Amino acid sequence: MRRSTPPGPMGERSSSWTARARDEVAERLPLEHLLPDRQPYYVGSWVYIFGVVTIAGLVLTVLSGVILALAGPDWWHISAAGRFFNSVHFWSVQLFFLFMVLHLWGQYFMASWRDGRAPTWMIGVVIFAISIVAAFTGYLSQQNFASQWIAVNAKDALNASGLGAFFNVLNFGQMYGIHVMLLPAAIIVLVALHIVWVRMKGVVKPIEPGRSSRSTVKEG
Amino acid sequence: MLQERTSPAPPTATIRTIPYDLLKELAIALGACLVLVIVLAAALSSPDVPSATIQSWAQADPVDFTTTAANELAGNTTTAGYGAPYTSADAGQTLGPIAPSKWAGVRQPIDTANDFVISPLNHASVGDTDLTSALASFQSGSDSQKTAWLTAYTKALNDAKVENGKVVVASGDYGPVPVLMDRLLTVARSGGLDGLLLTSGHFYQTDFTKPLLFMGDGTYLSGLAQNEHLTGSQWGMMNETGQYPGQTWLWLYTVWYQIPPFNTASNADLLVVGLMGLLTLGLLLVPFIPGLRDIPRWVPIYRLAWRRYYREEAGR
Repeated sequence: MRRSTPPGPMGERSSSWTARARDEVAERLPLEHLLPDRQPYYVGSWVYIFGVVTIAGLVLTVLSGVILALAGPDWWHISAAGRFFNSVHFWSVQLFFLFMVLHLWGQYFMASWRDGRAPTWMIGVVIFAISIVAAFTGYLSQQNFASQWIAVNAKDALNASGLGAFFNVLNFGQMYGIHVMLLPAAIIVLVALHIVWVRMKGVVKPIEPGRSSRSTVKEG
Repeated sequence: MLQERTSPAPPTATIRTIPYDLLKELAIALGACLVLVIVLAAALSSPDVPSATIQSWAQADPVDFTTTAANELAGNTTTAGYGAPYTSADAGQTLGPIAPSKWAGVRQPIDTANDFVISPLNHASVGDTDLTSALASFQSGSDSQKTAWLTAYTKALNDAKVENGKVVVASGDYGPVPVLMDRLLTVARSGGLDGLLLTSGHFYQTDFTKPLLFMGDGTYLSGLAQNEHLTGSQWGMMNETGQYPGQTWLWLYTVWYQIPPFNTASNADLLVVGLMGLLTLGLLLVPFIPGLRDIPRWVPIYRLAWRRYYREEAGR
């Protein structure tokens, strides 16, 4: 266990919140775990590519979305350049979801929540759920026929659940604000947390047939 | 070349390791995905079917527009009888004692007669004495008189004709209704009603609740959606206009609407939302649910993912 702040003469920890936070981070996630240059040899598998390409899809989605947001919601309807960046955004989202679903199923069939990694799985599921809402608000923000029809239809399910009273899909301003700011921010923060958790716990070991897939079982 | 040695620290303390450059892998993935999306964007572009407007509706199908407007005035449309969050006319969808829509309350109040017809006509009546007189006549009529006029008029609309952009019905006792409907159609055809329905007392407008609900009550919007394979029976929520992929990740949500009992239930939306909420909770809690968490052990797909590992372990 590493501790960057030396304990006091009686072995007590510093009373400084800052020092204790630094120590906690250093203990839980030393740099060699956050940015390792070596991995267990079983990580040399195609299945791990899905996580990385999901992040790549997210990066491209966010960058193209930033360009569209900077130019305003009308731009892509009236400009060839705008249409191109909208297309990049559109296909980035499609790839992001494709890779994310492959990553999710890959991790499911590897039972990646084992050995205390349930939080990593759960954060991933929350990211998936929020991403669906983010994409949904994006479709509502297109300002075209698809937006109109999706809004008119989707309102019924949301109203039936009571959510429609507060999340009005017919209100472009509300959907656009949620789409370009709140949900991307939530996804980025949660993806960062997901990655930190993966790095903190390391990559899960291969399943040993006959052993439990419970999250709490400690191995090795 | 893969060099193997023992990692100096947990969590891989007792496991052989190999060099692995995470950042280089991310950079390569980013580059490859960038090339892929640029090629897809350049070759296939993206969907953008122009939005429908009340103007395009009134011009394309004036009879449907007028019928819808008359029904809004009579309080006979889907929106008029919707319930929360728009009106208090209905309890909304319920499941036993569970009534989330009613509990949330009327938070976007809509009075279809006033918001969709009377108020826009009041704005448009400046300098139009016939319209001013018709509005006064209609509003001073008793409820039974208004109902009689509107019932007769909407019935006559079944055999309406369109002449020079105007809706013509057989003669009858419709009171001031034909004047109201004629002026509303004129304002709509000019594009003025699109703006009037957005009016909320502010200069800037971003809330399209009223015009979308109004259009949704007619058959014009759903007809366009049918042509674009977007209706509910066509798995509409996961489709996109044209030949583009839509929100395919909503397939599980959409599938319930295609099968019993959901496709015939009057509270299908509430049932589907509740079911999807439970399924999402199940996915979230997979690590703690016996059976679900054990499937990966029973279905040896993991052997594909860790093929090399098991081969080497078997060789030891």
